Amino acid sequence: MQDFIQVFQRPDFIKNFFVHIEMSALSVLFGILIAIPVAILVNRSDAASTFAINVGNIGRAVPSLAILVIIFPITGLGVDTAVIALTALAIPPILINAIVGLRQVNAQTLDAAKGMGLSGRQILTGIQVPIAAPIIFAGIRTSAVQVVASATLATFIGGGGLGDYIVEGFQRNSTAISLAGALSVAVLAIVTEVGFGGLQRAFTPKGLRIAAKRGK
Amino acid sequence: MDSSEDPPTAILALFQSEFAPEQKGLIDWGWLSDHLTSDILPALWEHIILCAVSVGIAVVISVPLGILCARYRRLYPPVTAITGFFYTIPSFSMFTILLFVIGFSVGKTPAIIALVLYSLLVLIRNVVTGLDSVPPETKDAARGMGLTDRQILLRVELPLALPVIVAGMRIAIVTVIGIAVIGAYIGAGGLGELIFDGITRDFPTLYLTGAVLSTLLAVTIDLLLVRTERLLSPWARRARGAN
Repeated sequence: MQDFIQVFQRPDFIKNFFVHIEMSALSVLFGILIAIPVAILVNRSDAASTFAINVGNIGRAVPSLAILVIIFPITGLGVDTAVIALTALAIPPILINAIVGLRQVNAQTLDAAKGMGLSGRQILTGIQVPIAAPIIFAGIRTSAVQVVASATLATFIGGGGLGDYIVEGFQRNSTAISLAGALSVAVLAIVTEVGFGGLQRAFTPKGLRIAAKRGK
Repeated sequence: MDSSEDPPTAILALFQSEFAPEQKGLIDWGWLSDHLTSDILPALWEHIILCAVSVGIAVVISVPLGILCARYRRLYPPVTAITGFFYTIPSFSMFTILLFVIGFSVGKTPAIIALVLYSLLVLIRNVVTGLDSVPPETKDAARGMGLTDRQILLRVELPLALPVIVAGMRIAIVTVIGIAVIGAYIGAGGLGELIFDGITRDFPTLYLTGAVLSTLLAVTIDLLLVRTERLLSPWARRARGAN
């Protein structure tokens, strides 16, 4: 118990804790910046959307440790490699949900918007994106939880983060150190899940929430 | 390979006694062909078995539990909450917790338990969604034909729910293939062993082989099961259209 608490008091713990969060946050941010424009771009064509969804599904299947290890010989040891690999992991869930979300806005709604004289751009930003927002946020949430979990593996390619403690504990045969790492990552993942769940609700347009309450 | 002791060191010793790797370029093809049947294919096979056993156990738990949840609706929220909680715990943490808190020893058992826990949420949810998707009229028709509840479940509801259940199995299997790679760290064996061993020995051929094979395995299985889903759904659609 003493050893367990000591880990949290170590000066490098705070540093690794923030490295872990920074890696994850950057990766999810890059993931959003790549996935959403691509989703908007392919939205115009059925074939392109299907293709992008299929690519996303394949990307989703790739094991997280495999991505890290495949990118590692190209970009070398360190945080940058971890962020590149984690960004690759972050993209598929956001991409798939954004495409599906944008496409499920029904044709009548779009027709009505067009009839009101909205431009293509206004329809996208004023109608499609807000209606798709809850689904897109669900994708970001899945992605963020997955990235926070996978950032633990960055330790194997010298990226630091909380995974360092799990591995250190195994190497030094110290249950306390391993558990301190494992439990902090677990808490971080749960906080991410719950936090993004809140964001998801916050970004659901009021109209949709009322519609959901009325059972549509 | 027996994993009774600390996996990285045990395997490291074993490998080092067999050969000393000489690095030529990123991939040493000679090494690959020399060790294909002795190390690489067995690791692939071990990985497949590990995942098949885990998802098999998870299906055996999830189908009855899913049926119960579909029948007794009150069970469903707590069951999703608990399995969802397991699903959120990062795998590396889960393995560590299973070893040090629950007290399992290094090896396949804690890995299989973790993999089963990760599969439950998706499987149970899809069993319930699948059963929910059976139209009430179909069930009424079956009852009208004199089928008992049990017969309705086995001959009408479960077959119609099958495509959705298979969709769940697909997600579970692909997830499990990925997580099992990390399980090698606690002695689960399989393709992850090649990766961790390659990292420890700084031998790219080895870890890239593990990474590429696990990716290929996950993607191939994913595509195969998508096919299976599609084969199952026209039949289900026809059955649904027939009532």
